[in-house]
Amino acid sequence: MNWRLWWRQLLAILRLEMRKSFSGKRAVVIYLLAASPIIIFGLHALAVDRGWSRCRGNEDWAVYATSFQLFYLRLAVFFGCVGIFMNLFRGEVLAKTLHHYLLAPVRREVLVAGKFLSGLVAAAVLFSAGTLFSFLLTASHVARLRNQEFLADPLVGHLASYLGVTALACLGYGAVFLMMGLLFRNPMIPAVAVLIWESITVFVPPLLKKISVIYYLESLCPVRVPFRGGGGSALFAISGEPVSAWLAVPGLLLLAAALVTLSALRIRRLEVNYGAE
Amino acid sequence: MSADRIPWDRPSASWDRPSACPESDRIIFEDVSKFYGEVLGVNRVDLAIPPGITTLVGPNGSGKTTLMNLLTGLVQPSRGRLRVLGIPPDDPERLFRTVGYCTQYDSFPRALTGYQFLYGYLRLHGLGHRESDRLVWEALERVDMKEAAHRRVAAYSKGMRQRIKLAQAICHQPRVLVLDEPLNGLDPMARAEAMALFRELAAGGRYLIISSHILHEVDRISDQVIMLTSGYVVAEGQIQAVRSEMHQEYPMQVLVRCDNPGALAARIFQEDHVVEVKIHADRKGLLVSTRNGGRFYELFERLVLEGVITVESVAPADEDVHSVYEYLIGSEGGAS
Repeated sequence: MNWRLWWRQLLAILRLEMRKSFSGKRAVVIYLLAASPIIIFGLHALAVDRGWSRCRGNEDWAVYATSFQLFYLRLAVFFGCVGIFMNLFRGEVLAKTLHHYLLAPVRREVLVAGKFLSGLVAAAVLFSAGTLFSFLLTASHVARLRNQEFLADPLVGHLASYLGVTALACLGYGAVFLMMGLLFRNPMIPAVAVLIWESITVFVPPLLKKISVIYYLESLCPVRVPFRGGGGSALFAISGEPVSAWLAVPGLLLLAAALVTLSALRIRRLEVNYGAE
Repeated sequence: MSADRIPWDRPSASWDRPSACPESDRIIFEDVSKFYGEVLGVNRVDLAIPPGITTLVGPNGSGKTTLMNLLTGLVQPSRGRLRVLGIPPDDPERLFRTVGYCTQYDSFPRALTGYQFLYGYLRLHGLGHRESDRLVWEALERVDMKEAAHRRVAAYSKGMRQRIKLAQAICHQPRVLVLDEPLNGLDPMARAEAMALFRELAAGGRYLIISSHILHEVDRISDQVIMLTSGYVVAEGQIQAVRSEMHQEYPMQVLVRCDNPGALAARIFQEDHVVEVKIHADRKGLLVSTRNGGRFYELFERLVLEGVITVESVAPADEDVHSVYEYLIGSEGGAS
């Protein structure tokens, strides 16, 4: 076991990958997704500031919680992770550059770990920044309305929870899409299937809800958002008890570890045959 | 065209059969086959490649790149066993300290300069900054790319990209170099420099496996050739040895320039191994086709000593890669 060498190689992979993650055309879309809540809540704060809209205190926090769970986690972070993690390997195959890594004296398992870690750092940094600034924007005008201290109790705890959930979302979805990028020639089809599954978990029995990332993430959110589907769909919603943080966090960590391990096993059999792609 | 394999020529060839040499100083293929689904890549390949320059020759789709990709672990064999100086190709951590591969793929990580491309690769080896920096500049110097080091690879010409790939293959100073069409895109001067570099590396005891379509250049640098067609190895070994194995089917041709070709033709035509003699229109030379080069040269020396002819020059006319390629693979190949 040459841990020292693997650590140095991991850092070398991180250095190469971070450059790719934070630059290029694809990164612009990720930046936009990460910035989407900042834009939404920034516009709201501006409207409140100019008197075009009213700040309603608790209602604003409920809107924040709803937007975080139904828009940010389910769409922005989800598609951001699709863009970042699926391209870690699939993007390299399409660009015909994967062989540069495979011709280096790096164990393929170390390569998977390094690439996953780089994707995780990029996704967590960008999407946590989106969570942080959108939360602070909401907190600032609510604090002004109530004439209270900025980030008064329990807001710091809520902020920490939202940041933690964002990081765990990147971890969970990242591991799912890393594996899909290695397993499927066209990973968009399984990605859409995951999106549909994550969206309909509200209608499935509690046991099946547990086979989704969003169920654990929502359980960890500080504010619970009841399902209010239109067109009578709420009638078909099946409520499930949230999982405790003691189960949700290790559960997501274990899921990510299992998927990254499967990816590492898969890459051992990976062949470079760009002509067939 | 014959797909039958030509056996090793033991007396003259420097290679040995796989079982006869230690694994640690040969690149060994044992009954290796590779199928891409239903499509044959290579079939039942047995090789034991010694140090020096070994050239893979064959038309497009003959299996040259598959053989190189198998050797470097980019694809895995469907059957058989490979070892590169004793290292299995599925152990990249050991293999790529010994092997450098200049692939045919002309694609590079986005937005990197030539220096960054090589430096990043060397850091993947686990080397520190100083050592990586030193090796990068050494490699850039060898391929004459120092001045373009800080320009983006995307802005390089085809020839420069070829040279930076070559630099990547040699920068960690491997013992085995696998070069897929390394002369492609190079201008004549750069080609000559590249071939000089290959000779220099081979002279240092390294193993160079080169694929090329440019047969007259292959001929100048190869110690051994491996000829492939449709996934099969049809000939292997030193080119003269391969050629001599073909004398029954394709008589050897010898070009003689002398003062009295008529007398020479009259004497040698009495020999049973001589198939054909053509006297040149200027009556100062002739082309002899013989099934036994050894006996022809014995007779020829005797005639010279007896003073029957005065020789200006004598040389084999088809003892080169191009001729052997034409005989074995023929017009189906796209080689030049």
